[in-house]
Amino acid sequence: MSLNINNLSVSIAERQILKDFNLSVSRGEVHAIMGPNGTGKSTLAKALAAHPDYTVTGGTALLDGAEIIGLEPDAVARLGLFMAFQYPVEIPGVSIANFIRAALTARLKESGGDFSATAYYKALYAQMDALKIPREFTSRSVNVGFSGGEKKRCDILQMAMLKPSYAILDETDSGLDIDALRIVADGVNHMRGPGTGFVIITHYQRLLNYIKPDYVHVMYGGRIVKSGGAELALELEEKGYGWVEKEFGVLV
Amino acid sequence: MTDTFYMTEALSICSDAAFEAHLGSLKDMPSWLLDIKREAWARYKALPEPRRKDEQWRFASTDGLSLDPYSYRVPSADPQECARPLLECGGCLDFADDAYIGGRPLYEEAAARGVIFLPLDRALREHPELVRRHLFERMPDLGSEKYQALHVAMFTTGVFLHVPRGVQVELPLAGLHEAVSEGASVFPHTLVVAEEGASVTMFDVFRSREAAARHFACAAADICALPGANIRYRMVQAWSRSSLAFHMNSASAERSSSVDAITINVGAAHVRSEQHGRIVGRGGNVQMHSLTLATGTQEVDQRTLQTHDAGDGHSNLLYKNVLLDKAHTIFSGLIRVAENAQRTDAYQTNRNLLLSPEAEADSLPGLEILANDVKCSHGASTGQLDKEQLYYMLARGLHRSTAQQLMVFGFFEEVLEKFGNEQLAQYVRDLLQESFNAHELLNNSPDAT
Ligand SMILES: Nc1ncnc2c1ncn2[C@@H]1O[C@H](COP(=O)(O)OP(=O)(O)OP(=O)(O)O)[C@@H](O)[C@H]1O
Ligand SMILES: [Mg+2]
Repeated sequence: MSLNINNLSVSIAERQILKDFNLSVSRGEVHAIMGPNGTGKSTLAKALAAHPDYTVTGGTALLDGAEIIGLEPDAVARLGLFMAFQYPVEIPGVSIANFIRAALTARLKESGGDFSATAYYKALYAQMDALKIPREFTSRSVNVGFSGGEKKRCDILQMAMLKPSYAILDETDSGLDIDALRIVADGVNHMRGPGTGFVIITHYQRLLNYIKPDYVHVMYGGRIVKSGGAELALELEEKGYGWVEKEFGVLV
Repeated sequence: MTDTFYMTEALSICSDAAFEAHLGSLKDMPSWLLDIKREAWARYKALPEPRRKDEQWRFASTDGLSLDPYSYRVPSADPQECARPLLECGGCLDFADDAYIGGRPLYEEAAARGVIFLPLDRALREHPELVRRHLFERMPDLGSEKYQALHVAMFTTGVFLHVPRGVQVELPLAGLHEAVSEGASVFPHTLVVAEEGASVTMFDVFRSREAAARHFACAAADICALPGANIRYRMVQAWSRSSLAFHMNSASAERSSSVDAITINVGAAHVRSEQHGRIVGRGGNVQMHSLTLATGTQEVDQRTLQTHDAGDGHSNLLYKNVLLDKAHTIFSGLIRVAENAQRTDAYQTNRNLLLSPEAEADSLPGLEILANDVKCSHGASTGQLDKEQLYYMLARGLHRSTAQQLMVFGFFEEVLEKFGNEQLAQYVRDLLQESFNAHELLNNSPDAT
């Protein structure tokens, strides 16, 4: 079972950002995507998660065989795609506990299942403890007044609770302090297994020391220009992106 | 069951016959009250119908105000007909079609300290002079003179709450005002007076017992805090969705006292909600908060006035409206600061959230300031749900309607958390949820296009 992205082209505000983008992520795999600012990494993530600002002009994306391009964002999410945002949004007046519960309920509505409040809070507190999020956060409004790192941890908490089959983490490491980075990495590693495929978008090798990727891709000019193993991230860290531009700049 | 509720015949509300029948039904009322009522009836008949071009009725659909569909019957209580207790409270007065039908007596501790909590008609018989001192002393000055006159002429009962000097009533007290029989008109009156340094919390719930019935409500609440007193007043308007309602409220704060009033609007086809906050003594404080969920073709016409007639006063108003479908809300608010009311702080905010392109929210904020040393501001905003917030919720798998509802509840939370009473807040959340569910049903029914 895999997430297959084939020749995906995406534009925003009439400007083409992704050009014939291809990537296949199987459940159980961890893929890292690195690449210079503005190259289209977040565009990829948001286009897959059906953000209304992004227009898919060509290509397909199959999640375990089901086409997700053209679906509403909530339908894509319920099919099993999770996206941790580069900039998580603040939602005043909606508590974390109610929010995650509503997200779980929406999934259960489809499967016809149910869960008790006690079981829910037990699971929620267990995940919060693991992510070292104080329990009083349950009654706080989603992301409102959170520090940058707290927002990222809150997104990871949601991921841990929703148990997606594919997760895209967009610069989840930015804004995290050294301890938080390790905690979040532990959270991902804990979920790592045959059930979930990960796409980790990052600028820094540091996160990849904690979450060892199976594949590293270099993105440039809206497509993947080079793929390799974990060692590719080290190479990038050492050499920067200058050589990418030299080698591939003419192609894009 | 409601068929046997009344023995008397139904009369047109606007007829002299209705008024005479009403007067005839009042038992042992002081003659001054009958005089007031006769005078009010004459005034009601003499005053012109409001017109849309009147400043105080701007944007209102005044042709929706016809009283023809409603009738008047002399109230008569059926003692079997008690409503279910609504809230845990220190006392509750229950009414059905303007007849007192029971409730829960005032808790002993408060009664022992001299608190009076009675149906207004009984208070008029047992404490006529005390009631007379306050009754109809402070009607709002917001354009509904004609309906105020009707209210005064036709009211039978309501809540009378009097807290003596220095007494702190710890438990909230409640009034449940129900309209029951089809086409009934009701005229509930609430009068709350807290004497010097006293403190009390009062909840009023106005509703139709059957959602399918159609009612006319012409209600008034008069909340009066004497020097140093402290009153929290919360009212929930949940008349049936085919009803016409007037709520003409006044909150008045004397020296160093405070009134904290919250108005919830979820019911009625057309409601005129007037709220007049008055700073009448130095350092008085009036808080006026409101939340409204308007769906279908509901019209919620809100007129507010904050008058500062004494210095060092504080008033703060926040009205939050959410509109769906073809709903229409009107917020017209004015802050009026008298020349001598120096060092006044007065704020007014109206926020409207439009969930449908066909809904209409009119906002008319205003200031009229004669003093020179004041801090006043008013602001109004009308907008849609934040797209990025909505997307974030969708991206977590919430269905669009659930996400919208959570955001609306989030928008209302600012007012709900001011209740200071989780039970009442939950009661209101449930009402809002019912309203949403009804809306969903309607929009997902096969007939909907
Ligand atoms: N709303 C928008 N309107 C116009 N251009 C946009 C918009 N959003 C993004 N872009 C442009 O699309 C391009 C790709 O942006 P994207 O956010 O995908 O880059 P990124 O690879 O995630 O960069 P970073 O590493 O800085 O996060 C950028 O040039 C950006 O300016
Ligand atoms: Mg980005």
